Amino acid sequence: MTSIAPTQNSDQSAAQGMDRSFARPQTLMDLVWTGIAFTLLGIALLPLLLVLGYVIFKGIGRFNLDLFTQQIPAALQPGGGVGSAIAGTLLTVAIATLISVPLSILAAVYLSEFSSKNIADWIRFATNALSGVPSIIVGIFAYGMFVVTIGKFSALAGGVALAILMLPLIVRSTDEALQLVPQDVRWASAVVGASQFQTVLQVILPAALPTILTGITLAIARAAGETAPLIFTTLFSQFWPRGLFEPIPTLAVLIYNFATVPFQNQQEIAWAASLLLVLLVLLSSLFARWITRKSFYSQSQ
Amino acid sequence: MINQLLASRRSLFLGLVLLTFTVTSCLGLAKGSEPNVTLIGSGATFPAPLYQRWFSEYNKQKPAIQVAYQAVGSGAGIEQFTQGTVDFGASDVAMKDDEIKKVKQGVVLLPMTAGTIVIGYNVPDQKTGLKLSRKALGDIFLGKLQKWNDPAIAKVNPDAKLPDLPIIVVHRSEGSGTTAVFTKLLSKISPEWKEKVGDGKAVDWPTGVGGRGNEGVAALVQQIAGAIGYIEYGYAKPTKIPVANLENKSGQYVEPNTESALKALATAKLPDNLRVFITDPEGEGVYPLVTYTWIMAQKQYEDKVKAKTLKEVMTWSLTEGQKLSEEMGYVPLPQQTVEKVKAALAKIQA
Amino acid sequence: MTAATSNADIQPRSSTDKLLDQSFSRLTLVCAFSVAAVLVWIAIVVGIQALPAMQKFGLGFLTGTKWNSAKETFGALPMIYGTLVSSLIALLLAVPTGLASAIVLSENFLPRSIRTTLVFLIELLAAIPSIIYGFWGIFVVIPFLKGIGTWLHQYLGWLPLFSTPPIGPGMLPAGVVLSIMILPILTVLSRDALASLPSDLRSGAYSVGSTRWQTIFKILIPAAFSGIVSGIMLSLGRALGETMAVTLVIGNSNDLNFSLLAPANTISSLVVSQFSEATGLQKSSLMYAALVLFAITLIVNIWALIIVRKVKQ
Repeated sequence: MTSIAPTQNSDQSAAQGMDRSFARPQTLMDLVWTGIAFTLLGIALLPLLLVLGYVIFKGIGRFNLDLFTQQIPAALQPGGGVGSAIAGTLLTVAIATLISVPLSILAAVYLSEFSSKNIADWIRFATNALSGVPSIIVGIFAYGMFVVTIGKFSALAGGVALAILMLPLIVRSTDEALQLVPQDVRWASAVVGASQFQTVLQVILPAALPTILTGITLAIARAAGETAPLIFTTLFSQFWPRGLFEPIPTLAVLIYNFATVPFQNQQEIAWAASLLLVLLVLLSSLFARWITRKSFYSQSQ
Repeated sequence: MINQLLASRRSLFLGLVLLTFTVTSCLGLAKGSEPNVTLIGSGATFPAPLYQRWFSEYNKQKPAIQVAYQAVGSGAGIEQFTQGTVDFGASDVAMKDDEIKKVKQGVVLLPMTAGTIVIGYNVPDQKTGLKLSRKALGDIFLGKLQKWNDPAIAKVNPDAKLPDLPIIVVHRSEGSGTTAVFTKLLSKISPEWKEKVGDGKAVDWPTGVGGRGNEGVAALVQQIAGAIGYIEYGYAKPTKIPVANLENKSGQYVEPNTESALKALATAKLPDNLRVFITDPEGEGVYPLVTYTWIMAQKQYEDKVKAKTLKEVMTWSLTEGQKLSEEMGYVPLPQQTVEKVKAALAKIQA
Repeated sequence: MTAATSNADIQPRSSTDKLLDQSFSRLTLVCAFSVAAVLVWIAIVVGIQALPAMQKFGLGFLTGTKWNSAKETFGALPMIYGTLVSSLIALLLAVPTGLASAIVLSENFLPRSIRTTLVFLIELLAAIPSIIYGFWGIFVVIPFLKGIGTWLHQYLGWLPLFSTPPIGPGMLPAGVVLSIMILPILTVLSRDALASLPSDLRSGAYSVGSTRWQTIFKILIPAAFSGIVSGIMLSLGRALGETMAVTLVIGNSNDLNFSLLAPANTISSLVVSQFSEATGLQKSSLMYAALVLFAITLIVNIWALIIVRKVKQ
């Protein structure tokens, strides 16, 4: 390191405005590395373009009103749509959300408000470990616990399986959000005579709400795309869902079923369903970002 | 204080409640004068296109009745039916006695249709109708015959210009009745196969790639150059996969079609318990890979309405439904067989 | 600080309030323990169902190469091999790419607004459901790799790695699809690790005359090393457990083959194919295999968490 590059003012971020006009070997190597890095970045972004592009290209053809209103076609039947699968996905995700959201939020409240550090650490550890469990294992677990015991495949069992997958995500983001709320707020609340119950529900949770909603949105987006747990719990059907205790179609399982069939119509429908799922995920990611902008207390970048 | 609590949570849950409400209201859509009945079945992929078509047509006529059939493979169908997680099962291999014993409500076997298993292939420039001798068939699936231009194949097809392309076997990755029927034939025609591999719903394949369901095998055959696989005809016909003319026991090379299939069915009498395997039939113009496929129903159902509905749907399928069989690539049941099955159907009680 | 309130306004808390508080905190405790308990519950259920197979095969299960349901002999080595190798390929492809992207997106090669957009785009990759990756893999990755595989087999076929001709589905397409799936996690976590380094590190380095890349290689990456490694471990955990994307492109062959161009199988893909029909010993063996997978992913994830803990301290 024999070069003596001109130093900048210390109050500016040091990397800004560095003079790199010196044609030294080190600087040339720098350019090479920068080139490699940018190429790799391009390669990293390429699959995104390819996947999105391909899905749009193959799916857009069937993207019409029929897609949303028609029932799933059987093999060799013309037309049809994924309306029943959309309803099924909404139903299972709704069940999963209703189960996991209260449970997760209350668990996170315990972690940030009521628990001792030791216990909290262990529970956080277990929760993070839970998020790493492969979804296939959650699926066979849910089959053993909720399908065999009830006696049939059901939307309910599917909802429970998805809830297990959503739990760690919501617990983690709620926990972080609650921790960001400053202690002063809690003290101020105690000073005016609020009970802990009131403090949590009326002061802390509302303050952390945007981040919590972000976590919930991302968890919902993940649950909507899961396939393996649903194969063993909700099975599949062509028809519109009629109850909680029956097999129902879902977008993810539909794509799985139709991905490997040689029937043109069903393959086209599967691509349209894929496009639909991708749009769903895209919109919820954007929504999650938009909500976080409204946080009172957030981590500084 | 309770009111304040509710008020602060309202915004959070309102959306979810609305969503669930909308969805559950959709659930009440299919209401007619008849009560809604849902029957759930799962099993073989072999007859799945036909069954799903039947149940879809039936639903059009009677919207209150939904019969959902999920193709998971014969093995899974038998298992789910035994466990009671579905109302009826389907398999290309009739349940064995020890399997039937496990079902405490008793089992009624109903052959609903028959189909041919064809050998589909993907060889550039080759049209349908390539002749495969019995020995060649066995050796290909054993992995001994590895190239398409091998003399064993070229000898019987003098006009075909076969390329120097490796043969890629495609088989099933899960437990399949189609596999069971096909491997039964292979065991008959090749002693080496019988010894090394044997027959069954799932076997230890000496070579090849696994596809999920008949549809998976069909798709892989379409995608892989040089591939060969065994598929139910209903999957090969609409996709126009070239299929082989197989040599039957009498030494003839027979094309798979309704005629040759019916001839094969005629060689085997359907006994009273409605279980029969047509393995390696002999005769003029007989296609060697034909099988019935069964729906397994319980003898006793707790739910009277379910039992009644099941019988109605099956009766329709045995009569009206058979008109759709041929166009979809399946073999319509001969009338005598239909009568026998109807008699068995009557045994189902509520 | 005398408030304008009279003493009458400040009352001791009523017993109802105290009761509510107590039951509320109890309720949250129950919820928190339940969430943690789910993990244990899953392990127990899978473990109990795996017992018969564990008793029959013992540790030989891990080295057995034949999975034969007719003969009732089950050995999971080909699937364990497939799980590990496909994830390894994924890491080999994703780590350089992800790390490079993380560097570009954390240092100021680009204006901040572009950086934020690009980070968002990469996060989008993570959100795409895995079934769509599998579906896309069949129609895009497999044909693409067939060409490359043919070339590899032709010129490097003497290596056991490329000794079979590519037919379509196989270990390599599975590894490539997995690498695309784990790329975003790796990139985002590494980027976060690099971005959260104090700027003094950079200013210190530049002030003694290091170039940008010297700083990156010799100072920043070592400093962010734990964060980067935990990102790698977490994405490895994800790759090991992935089911849907893999099962559609890996070929479902239960034979052990060293060639990357040959069809293979992973534990998760095996389970999803056979679970519905399995009974008795086969089902127990599948549970045993699932338990092995569970153990592997658990170890990897816990390792990552431990590293993260150490960084935070």
